[in-house]
Amino acid sequence: MTAELITITIDGTALKVVPGTTVLDAARKVNIDIPTLCHHADLCSAALGKKVPAPSNCRMCLVEVEGQRALQASCATEINGPMNIKTSSPAIRHARQDILALMMSEHYGDCAACRRNGNCELQQLCAEYGVDTALFGRPEAPLYAMPDEDNIIQRDMNKCVICRRCLRTCELYQGVVALSPEGRGEHTDIATFMDREMMEAWCINCGQCINRCPTGALTERDDTAAVWAAIEDPDKLVVIQTAPAPRAAIGECFGCEPGTPLTFEMNTALKKIGFDKVFDTNFSADLTIFEEGAELLGRLYKAVVLKDNSAALPQFTSCSPGWIKFIEHFYPEYLPNLSSAKSPQQMMGAVVKTYFAEKNGWDPSKIVSVSLMPCTAKKFEAARPEMDASGHRDIDYVLTTRELARMIKQAGIDLPKLEKSDFDNPFGTPTGSGVIFGATGGVMEAALRTVLEVVTGEKIETLFDKADILPVRGFEGVRMAQVTIGKVGPVPAIFSHLVPDFEWLKGVTVKVGLAHGTANAIRVMQDIKEGGPLSQCHFIEFMACPGGCLGGGGQPIPTNLEIRTARAKAIYGEDAAYKVRKSHENEDVLRIYREFFKEGPCSHKSHELLHTHYKERV
Amino acid sequence: MDVKTVHGFVGSKLSFSEANGDAGLKKAATMDAEALIGAVSASGLKGRGGAGFPTGMKWKFARAETRTPKYIICNADEGEPGTFKDRLILSDFADLVFAGMAIAGKAVGAEKGILYLRAEYEWLHPHLDEVLARRRKAGLLGPDILGGKNFSFDIEIRMGAGAYVCGEESALIESLEGKRGEARNRMPFPVQAGYLGLPTVVNNVETFAWVPCILEKGPEWFSKMGTQKSPGARLFSISGDCKKPGIYEYPFGVSLRQLLKDAGGENAKAVQVGGASGTCVPASKFDRKLAFEDLATGGSIIVFGPDRDMFAVAENFQQFFEEESCGQCVPCRLGNMRLHEAIVKMREEGLDAKGEMVLRRLAATMQSASKCGLGQSAPNAFLSILDNFAGELPRGKA
Ligand SMILES: Cc1cc2nc3c(=O)[nH]c(=O)nc-3n(C[C@H](O)[C@H](O)[C@H](O)COP(=O)(O)O)c2cc1C
Ligand code: SF4
Repeated sequence: MTAELITITIDGTALKVVPGTTVLDAARKVNIDIPTLCHHADLCSAALGKKVPAPSNCRMCLVEVEGQRALQASCATEINGPMNIKTSSPAIRHARQDILALMMSEHYGDCAACRRNGNCELQQLCAEYGVDTALFGRPEAPLYAMPDEDNIIQRDMNKCVICRRCLRTCELYQGVVALSPEGRGEHTDIATFMDREMMEAWCINCGQCINRCPTGALTERDDTAAVWAAIEDPDKLVVIQTAPAPRAAIGECFGCEPGTPLTFEMNTALKKIGFDKVFDTNFSADLTIFEEGAELLGRLYKAVVLKDNSAALPQFTSCSPGWIKFIEHFYPEYLPNLSSAKSPQQMMGAVVKTYFAEKNGWDPSKIVSVSLMPCTAKKFEAARPEMDASGHRDIDYVLTTRELARMIKQAGIDLPKLEKSDFDNPFGTPTGSGVIFGATGGVMEAALRTVLEVVTGEKIETLFDKADILPVRGFEGVRMAQVTIGKVGPVPAIFSHLVPDFEWLKGVTVKVGLAHGTANAIRVMQDIKEGGPLSQCHFIEFMACPGGCLGGGGQPIPTNLEIRTARAKAIYGEDAAYKVRKSHENEDVLRIYREFFKEGPCSHKSHELLHTHYKERV
Repeated sequence: MDVKTVHGFVGSKLSFSEANGDAGLKKAATMDAEALIGAVSASGLKGRGGAGFPTGMKWKFARAETRTPKYIICNADEGEPGTFKDRLILSDFADLVFAGMAIAGKAVGAEKGILYLRAEYEWLHPHLDEVLARRRKAGLLGPDILGGKNFSFDIEIRMGAGAYVCGEESALIESLEGKRGEARNRMPFPVQAGYLGLPTVVNNVETFAWVPCILEKGPEWFSKMGTQKSPGARLFSISGDCKKPGIYEYPFGVSLRQLLKDAGGENAKAVQVGGASGTCVPASKFDRKLAFEDLATGGSIIVFGPDRDMFAVAENFQQFFEEESCGQCVPCRLGNMRLHEAIVKMREEGLDAKGEMVLRRLAATMQSASKCGLGQSAPNAFLSILDNFAGELPRGKA
């Protein structure tokens, strides 16, 4: 159905729009910039695919509509008939200047020292509109208590403009609702239940709120000082692993277009900064596929052959720590469905301080293991008390993409201009299967590439052209795919301790599901509870963040669908370009099973170091 | 209908005392929706909650909506400082209100009504329940009202949340839905998407009470009263520095001077018309008329005697708004805080020309940029006091 277009006039220019278009969108279509603070590209009806009222609480996007006495918020004004709109006038300019000056009148903080200095929407608008802070003054002392330094999600109400993007993100994308507006009038603020510190709230540390905060009110705990100290300590051996998603995004902090991969330039920078070894998390991503895949085979065998109902299916992925805390809080009855495999970050940590240390004669107590992650929840995961089976902490510090970008800048390095260099051995082979862990669907695609080849004994390319498993790709919130296993091959030696043969898988249709953004995880969990189609899946990938890790809470700000799409393109581009694109062909992984986890995946030793357990949280 | 309990002094003869609401309802039962809307429109009845929107037109818009069910909501939040006339109507003339709501239901095609009762009026709840029960028993409420086949309507009473902003119709609806009481965007209007997203008519208590009277006596009876642009009569809540505070009924067009004479407040130096969100009128302008075309009001008249410090009044009002802002939008939440501080300061130090310019501009921003009527009208009292009583500031205006 094509609705009749409506002709409107904006600043004297006539244009035709679809009924229901907001004045803001119409103006932007003709390149008229209207400032916004509470509006966010991810948080409007168009992006959410459902009608949500615009909050229109910052009142920055005001325009004049002929026939209306008051100014109208363009984000909340839909066009349903002819309109004559002005987006610039003395009244509009004065109102915007006043509004900014009002915001600054309760904005306490040192702009120069702020993490968002140079990347703050409030600061930028104040500069554009020539805000006069003399009008209504600035607070001389903090109006709110500073948050505890240990909080991973640091929330400083002194810099909050109460735009509500954070709580709308938390509700609409994450379904967590850790934050809500409290109080009225002068006492209005954004608070957790019972005003708890973030670390005591039912927050999952995903950091999605940070990515959408217009100011410095939301940031992650800064661990750069501790990492610098370790690097500068001559007694320490400092290793860093880098996850797939940061390399596709860090360029954005250096003025590159979104989707500019800087994987190998970053290796050079990390060495210049002073890290002793730079490892590729792709290694442990591939290792995860072995452990999680073996676990899945075991569960399927138990269910299909042994008819044992205790095999918790579908099996859920466990690499997203935001998702882990989410299920621990909200669906603890499904904890048995979670794969017991640690995430790639933790697996790498565990083998660095054991296998690698032994192999190289390094004293594990002198190793400081750092990880570069797109993720704030990884800081929480690294600190989980149980993550020390080797006798040492698996991971000592987690840096977000944003934190590393700051360190690189502090070291005076212009990242995009650096020469390239490789990762270090023995965890240095970049693989396609590992790199796609950075996108929603990537873990599933890597798992399918391996499981299907291992089980059928045939090249995956016979089923999926170029090994690209397109049905699991994309940004649809919840997805399902299935493959029927035609023929089966012999069980490769590495899995022979798990199942005698694959005959029982012949003719089985393997069903998989995917969800990203924990609000979508809720949809999946509800469906499973109701016995819907997702309850019939064998394996489900959950990623806490929209888009997967590439949209992680530790990634460069801003974020929106266009930026996430560009990052995904970079990630799949790397996958296509790598020589090794399947986990079971990663020579580094095969070597560690030959030399260290000799009994194979899901054996005693691997359980000790590479697997973990979960707990219910309130 | 006889007047049982009168809470407060009733200073003039009330039309409601003489009305027979059930006669109006009976008449309505024989009319179709178009005729009902036609009669209310012809009477010229405008909303008594403050904004003065033509009631017939509101009903017509709601009738035109195709989605069902539709809702009729009676706004009994009566939160505007200085109004207490709805309280009297609810205690003494509840039958008129309920008859009016049922008629509205028939006119727009709604079968459910909700009365949103101000938290402080909890004590009226048992009485209102009693009236509802009696009306159901008498066939004046419930299925097949007065035996009419296409006339079913029932009413539920829900308690308010105790916030001024919940009197604003969209905040009221949010509150009814169990959410935080805060204003929605201006559009869609409640008649398009109100309670639970469905077409909803929100009217003031007094608006509903006039409806059966109009049907009983005919639209001309009503429109003959008042002025051409403001037909009819309305109740005024008069309080403050006067000898006979209470509730008075006047046709529109009555002068402030007349009100003050009747209420014993002739020596007033100013009158606040329309409550905290209204304007302050100095003695020199007491000949102004109370009507939508001159001094519009939700019925609140507060008299200030000769000894009042007008900037203390302004400070008081601004503090009220500072506390009652729902807090969601910046011009209202922070504008009221800064304006309140500025008034405190000017009472100490006076106000220079530059300071006055800044505050007038801030007030204009609040009026034009706030999301709802609360913020938009919050600077009115201050502005009118500044316009008329600047001489009361220390050292006067520089
Ligand atoms: C801040 C604020 C408070 C209000 N409080 C009331 C109230 O207590 N009672 C009321 O009837 N209308 C109140 N209104 C007006 C309502 O929004 C609405 O216009 C009215 O209930 C419509 O009824 P009417 O057309 O019969 O006047 C208030 C408006 C604002 C902006
Ligand atoms: S004007 Fe005031 S009461 Fe209305 S939405 Fe804004 S903050 Fe809330």
